[in-house]
Amino acid sequence: MALLLNFVIVFVKKLNGNPRNKIIMARKEILKAESKNFNFHYADGTHALKDINIPLYEKKITALIGPSGCGKSTFLRSFNRMHDLYAGNKYDGEIILHPDDTNILDKKVDPIEVRMRISMVFQKPNPFPKSIYENVAYGLRVRGEHNKRLLDDKVEEALKGASLWNEVKDRLQDLAYNLSGGQQQRLCIARALATDPEIMLFDEPTSALDPIATVNIEELMSELKKKLTILIVTHNMQQAARISDYTAYMYLGEMIEFDETDIIFTKPSKKATEDYITGKFG
Amino acid sequence: MAKKNPKISRALAKNIRRNFVERLIEIALMLSGLIAVLITFGIVFILVTESLPFFEAVSLKEFLTSTVWTPNFEKKNYGILPLVSGTLTITGIALIVAVPLGTITAVYLSEFASHKIRETIKPVLELLVGVPTVVFGYFALLLVTPILQKIYPDLPTFNMLGPGIVMGVMIVPYIASVAEDAMRAVPMSMREGAYAMGATRFQTAVSVVMPAATSGIVAAYILAVSRGIGETMIVAIAAGQQPNFTFNPVESAATITAYIVSVALGDLEHGGIGYQSIFAAGIVLFIMTLSLNILGQWTRKKFTERY
Ligand SMILES: Nc1ncnc2c1ncn2[C@@H]1O[C@H](COP(=O)(O)OP(=O)(O)OP(=O)(O)O)[C@@H](O)[C@H]1O
Ligand SMILES: [Mg+2]
Repeated sequence: MALLLNFVIVFVKKLNGNPRNKIIMARKEILKAESKNFNFHYADGTHALKDINIPLYEKKITALIGPSGCGKSTFLRSFNRMHDLYAGNKYDGEIILHPDDTNILDKKVDPIEVRMRISMVFQKPNPFPKSIYENVAYGLRVRGEHNKRLLDDKVEEALKGASLWNEVKDRLQDLAYNLSGGQQQRLCIARALATDPEIMLFDEPTSALDPIATVNIEELMSELKKKLTILIVTHNMQQAARISDYTAYMYLGEMIEFDETDIIFTKPSKKATEDYITGKFG
Repeated sequence: MAKKNPKISRALAKNIRRNFVERLIEIALMLSGLIAVLITFGIVFILVTESLPFFEAVSLKEFLTSTVWTPNFEKKNYGILPLVSGTLTITGIALIVAVPLGTITAVYLSEFASHKIRETIKPVLELLVGVPTVVFGYFALLLVTPILQKIYPDLPTFNMLGPGIVMGVMIVPYIASVAEDAMRAVPMSMREGAYAMGATRFQTAVSVVMPAATSGIVAAYILAVSRGIGETMIVAIAAGQQPNFTFNPVESAATITAYIVSVALGDLEHGGIGYQSIFAAGIVLFIMTLSLNILGQWTRKKFTERY
């Protein structure tokens, strides 16, 4: 707690020049995670992210927007160390997870432990070639959970959390591929929920879905933020405006502007942000 | 109102020359496809017509149920079972060796090995495929069986265990390569999904990648069985060419292929029933591999990957 307070003070000091940030602080947001001077290089040398500083507030939705190729996915995937799967990627700077105050990029931090606390939903639904039940139970199974009762409860809870329970409760043993695209995506959300993550990452979760399935997922996210912190990448400006509390605008690997979503969408302080939002560019 | 018989402009008219060339290409392609089909039918036709005289002399019942195969003896007996048992036993031993080794190799190459290691190991495996089977045969007879005899002194010089094991080693690269291709075809997004759930590399490989690649892996196993059933030289050299109705790996035996090759090389005079028997044996071999093919098609349909 002391550490947290300490950090808040540092944060206030750092940003005290900007009156808007004082408004944010006045609402007593709790910091859940933040990237500090985060730089990312792909194996081929692409400098995909340059000195990114973005905070994630607890139980809030933070949206990343920006033109294609600006580094949104790269940033999002850094939060659960997805980049470690590919040789040659290099990053420096920090991503601090609170309340532990741990830099999750530290070489001494086990990426598997990080992924257990920060889960991810991908752009294209990617259920496993297993039953609906086993898909949702997967995260608990890899943690060594065998207790059937506990698994049953968790699977039901997660499916309810992803508003999929009513549609699948009678066919939990069906292959997950028999679900529709929107259902598959909610299954992937249930899968990610089953392990009680603290942060959920969404990379354009609705871009492969029809409008109705999209609304379902958006409502779901607003429901989920009562329990956890969300970071979402979206290409859909209305979506960002509708569901997020904070928005970061990125361009060519740089974070141009970060603020409350209302402010970003009504009176952004940077001309570039305004141009992008109003569709003059991008 | 649409005009009747609208005049087609020159630019949109059918290009006669292009159509003609397309047609020629199509016919050429069809002909080459047809050749393969014709050859297959030709083989079946010869197998059937050549074995008809045999089945006039030997009843189908004797052929399928008798447990003695003695075309060289005074009292000739034509029961295919000893050859089938030899074939199945040796193939079985080979699979016991090749399926685990081949699968583990495939998992390692596809999921664990770095690019550099993979590019070193794969050519070596391919080298193994290139070794003539006659070399494997002598390898079984002169190296593996003597070693086995040290452990189990009663083992005869000609037995099914040695060639079975060697055949297994020979089959490993087939399984490894087909199964590895199947696993590598599993999209990265599937693996990322598993890793994102906190799975380890091994958990991802076993619980997500392998199930996703089931049809390809099963295809690899089926290919391995066909390869085993059809293998001739290793068995002919090291298993003893003694038709023997047994599934005991430490006895000597002959397989269908080993019998066919021994007759074809001139143990029996052409034209007699004994000679015709190789066509009957050939039909059995053909039916075995055909059913494997059908099984392969069926699993392919049943487990089509839907990523
Ligand atoms: N595996 C990779 N190797 C090399 N460069 C990459 C790789 N993946 C992405 N990049 C590059 O890094 C930059 C950022 O890519 P990223 O995928 O993060 O963009 P994005 O903002 O998510 O785009 P989109 O909106 O199209 O998804 C781009 O210039 C891209 O070309
Ligand atoms: Mg992206």
